[in-house]
Amino acid sequence: MKREMVKFLILTAVVLLAPLLFTGGYLMNVLVFVGINTMLAVGLNLLLGFAGQISLGHAAFFGLGAYGSGILTATYAVNPWLAMLLSAGAVALLAFLVGFPILKLKGHYLAMATLGLGIIVYIVFNETVDLTGGPSGLSGIPNLSFWKLTFDNDFKNYYLIWGFTLLIMLLSINLVNSRIGRALRAIHDSEVAARVMGVNARLLKVQVFTLSALISAVAGSLYAHTMTFISPASFGFHFSIELVTMVIIGGLGSIYGSLLGAVLLTLLPELLRAFQDYDIIVYGLLLISMTMFMPGGLVKGIPAGIALLLPGRRRRGEHA
Amino acid sequence: MLNQSPTCSAGDLIIACAAFISHKEVQSTMDISQQLLQYIVSGLSTGAIYALIGLGFAIIYNSTGIINFAQGEFVMLGAVLTLSFISALQLPLLLAVPLAIAATTVIGVIFERLTIRPLKNATPLSLVIITIGVSILLRGIVMLLWGKDTRALPAFSGNDPLSIAGATILPQHLWIFALTGLVIIANKLYFYYSISGKAMRACSFNRRAASLVGIDVKRMVLFSFMISAALGSMAGIIVAPLTMTAYDVGIMLGLKGFCAAIIGGMSSGLGTVIGGLILGTLESLGAGLISSGYKDAIAFIILLLLLFIRPQGLFKKGETERV
Repeated sequence: MKREMVKFLILTAVVLLAPLLFTGGYLMNVLVFVGINTMLAVGLNLLLGFAGQISLGHAAFFGLGAYGSGILTATYAVNPWLAMLLSAGAVALLAFLVGFPILKLKGHYLAMATLGLGIIVYIVFNETVDLTGGPSGLSGIPNLSFWKLTFDNDFKNYYLIWGFTLLIMLLSINLVNSRIGRALRAIHDSEVAARVMGVNARLLKVQVFTLSALISAVAGSLYAHTMTFISPASFGFHFSIELVTMVIIGGLGSIYGSLLGAVLLTLLPELLRAFQDYDIIVYGLLLISMTMFMPGGLVKGIPAGIALLLPGRRRRGEHA
Repeated sequence: MLNQSPTCSAGDLIIACAAFISHKEVQSTMDISQQLLQYIVSGLSTGAIYALIGLGFAIIYNSTGIINFAQGEFVMLGAVLTLSFISALQLPLLLAVPLAIAATTVIGVIFERLTIRPLKNATPLSLVIITIGVSILLRGIVMLLWGKDTRALPAFSGNDPLSIAGATILPQHLWIFALTGLVIIANKLYFYYSISGKAMRACSFNRRAASLVGIDVKRMVLFSFMISAALGSMAGIIVAPLTMTAYDVGIMLGLKGFCAAIIGGMSSGLGTVIGGLILGTLESLGAGLISSGYKDAIAFIILLLLLFIRPQGLFKKGETERV
């Protein structure tokens, strides 16, 4: 537990100090996205990595959070913080209600059902033009503000987003190391065994699904208020897949893994700009090769890679 | 009408309705039934396409446990390759189609050899991510080589509509029905009467037991990718004259095929075919009668309802039905 605290404090320090190194406005903007994606990946990892339940429709909850906040603030002039609270609550309620029939399904049936849910929500965003602005998007969403501080530039948004990200990571780390976390892992390994041991598997799965959706909705609200403009394209099937990829590439069942996955997959398209039109091909190739050669994700792949590059250190490590 | 006169009796209502109907010409009721027939015909033909794609999903799933998200890319490749064989090499359609199917099959083989086979202990989830990677890669390559334009394949035998029982049917619809029917028959014959088909069914029941009785499981996995690629590309080719084709058509078609396979309980037999036909027909009726914007949503709402009511698929009776 102490080691966990030390790790987390190091991360906090890095996050706090990072803006001093990168003063470039563009990079700050990218790092804001990294923060949002980290929240989403951590939330999804609770469901996918710990409870072992796949969701291919998580972008829907992200989008519902974003549109909830966006519509309440831009159209009905509700206070942004209140809007965030309301939309997160509504999304959690929705996830809780949908969770019962959906999480009864297993394996590819669960994958298909969550995928379908995601696509339905995406189509609703596109078709309810009066409410959401349809494919051309919703603009004029106000920034969040706190007393006299308005989060209106990348530098301020960076601290806002990463504050939330670190909070969510801390809560998740606590959760997975608790009794509930152990129960979740028990469900992952064998649902029947978990139930025999007295875990209410069905309710717990729905609860973690709800929590995961709630985190996504909060991330969505933050996204809407930092971007001030949202359109359905950000919440489609592709983004759901990208989130699952972040979790798996990072490492299933590791909160820090989700951070690594989110960092890598958010920065990658920016780095691949150099390849111009070929970026999508390089992206596909990297995705394939990373999954092939790092089956445990980045959390296990990076230490193994370092050990491979430094054979001397590995030997010493083995003796120790 | 009911709101305006809350005191009216049932008799009044019937008279009013009769007046309303006779007011409109009789022709219009004919139109409605004709329109319905039209929706059903076009729904069945898209349903047949979903069925072919779904069969590809089911065949790979049953031999490997993987949901192959690159299945839609096989569909796209079939159409795009046929088009480029016709335009670049000036081949006749009759030659371009089998060549495109063969080329897609080769791509399926390379895909399996390079990414699936080398991984022995991978979890199904990371294999799924690999298929997503392959689909991104294939889509990217096609986008670079062929551009983002939407193009149409020429219809196999003209565009003169035929009128059958009041519904207008394009010759291409007939091609779709005929070829899908042939594929289903060939599929049945292969899985039930040939040695390698029976071996593939054995693999889907229990891979370990199959390898113990001397079945080369790896070869069966390769076969499943070949068959799926061939089926997918064929589906893409026969639907392209109706719906046009572009580098990204595979995404939605692939997902609908996946829907069909799920409705059919992931069987590589008749279940998936009926699943596809149901999906296509309901989708077409929904798009025509309710709203075309929600066409794709309708398909997925049907799917969710089905899954909630029957979590194991519509037609799954027992393990022995799975192929």
